[in-house]
Amino acid sequence: MTATETLSRLPLHDLHENAGARFGGFAGWSMPITYPLGVMKEHLHVREKAGLFDISHMKLFAVSGADALRLIGRACPFDPAEMETSQSRLTFFLNEEAGILDDLIVTRLDENRFMIVANAGNAAGDEAHLKALAKGLDVTIEPLDRVFLALQGPEAEAALNRAGIATDGLFFMHGREPKDGWFLSRSGYTGEDGFEIALPEQDARPLAEALVADPAVEWIGLAARDSLRLEAGLCLHGQDISADTTPVAAALLWAIPKPVRETGAFVGAEALRAAIAAGAAQKRVGLKPEGRQPVRGGVALVDEAGNPAGTVTSGGFGPSTGHPVAMGYVDKGLASAGTRLFAEIRGNRVPVAIHPLPFTPHRYFRG
Amino acid sequence: MTKIYFTEDHEWIRVEGETATIGITDYAQEQLGDLVFVDLPDVGAAFAKGDTAVVVESVKAASDVYAPADGEVTAVNDKLSAEPGLVNTAATGDGWLWKMKLSDAGQLDGLMNEAGYKEMIG
Repeated sequence: MTATETLSRLPLHDLHENAGARFGGFAGWSMPITYPLGVMKEHLHVREKAGLFDISHMKLFAVSGADALRLIGRACPFDPAEMETSQSRLTFFLNEEAGILDDLIVTRLDENRFMIVANAGNAAGDEAHLKALAKGLDVTIEPLDRVFLALQGPEAEAALNRAGIATDGLFFMHGREPKDGWFLSRSGYTGEDGFEIALPEQDARPLAEALVADPAVEWIGLAARDSLRLEAGLCLHGQDISADTTPVAAALLWAIPKPVRETGAFVGAEALRAAIAAGAAQKRVGLKPEGRQPVRGGVALVDEAGNPAGTVTSGGFGPSTGHPVAMGYVDKGLASAGTRLFAEIRGNRVPVAIHPLPFTPHRYFRG
Repeated sequence: MTKIYFTEDHEWIRVEGETATIGITDYAQEQLGDLVFVDLPDVGAAFAKGDTAVVVESVKAASDVYAPADGEVTAVNDKLSAEPGLVNTAATGDGWLWKMKLSDAGQLDGLMNEAGYKEMIG
């Protein structure tokens, strides 16, 4: 990893420093990895109460103009005209080969206005991709300079209300702009109910301070964010999905409406239709190692006879499940739950079973 | 006579006669965070100085612990199979990793004492 001096700093870096965070490099940013509570307790705190994450490394783009619908419908495999105002959805930017350039959340703010939330590591590429597709269209793409906070956990709503932010009427995968320069959505990346709030730095400081002063809320670092999303069966771009992975292999076709799969004119449509027709040779699955030894990303999987069977893409220990959890890609014929494979770790073969995702049930607020 | 040495890789070695007890330092356990698994060697295994003897796994990552000198494993801390967190709570006590019979105790001469190690970690 690059030296700390070359990494970008979060606008609220000093708050994390004062909270005793340990920092590490991620996607070009110096990010809080853990706080004094430690990753295990941070993780469990999110599942039991509420955790505050600073995810300002992620990028927001506001897309507006008479051709906003055309641009979104070209860039993403869904029909934005079918979205209701305030509705969000998980979608992708695909390349012409239907590889996943990024996974994103798109929210319809108004008739011709959308908010796109993109991954930190892909932000520059996403912007260039969108701008290239926007050539000749009457549309404005505005990268926003915001602090971005996520409050996740069963007490997230109550804590946000206590901090003076109204969340009434907002269901999972919906978003709105409660104040000028703010974007509030009921979404997140932990499997828990929760919110993501983008807002100007001068508003973010008092809000973050009020939230962590609440006894139900703790700062949570990137390490626990990773174990939470892994238990929740959610993909990390660059690790579980990439430009070399199609939504077919990634088991993410559910995010692409059926009529759009069949007739949509989005980038990568033809390759996606071909991939659906051919079927993927490998499929993304959950993996539960036997015993206590974690199985990490990059580890090779073999079948009973020792033949190559797939690869682990993410793995670690699940503090809520109490056992190691992993996900990866296995040959299609080996993808059914319960199939036993072996992970090759340091010359040993650790038995792993294909396990349904998620490992911990989602607890989203669907109203 | 008991002597304690420290390595640049954050191991501690307590030597009594020809037997060394090895663990990771408190500083190291704090850097690694909550340990969830310790991959211990078999008693009788032979290591050369610098070999990976133990792998400690935190929620997030795996880290190697190296043999500080040549020798043979005479005991491992079985308690860690059920309670890997002992390394976090008692890195230099109950959280020891393994014991080995040294074949050349002179190999430890280049290592740091406690004061030197403290200076290194700052």
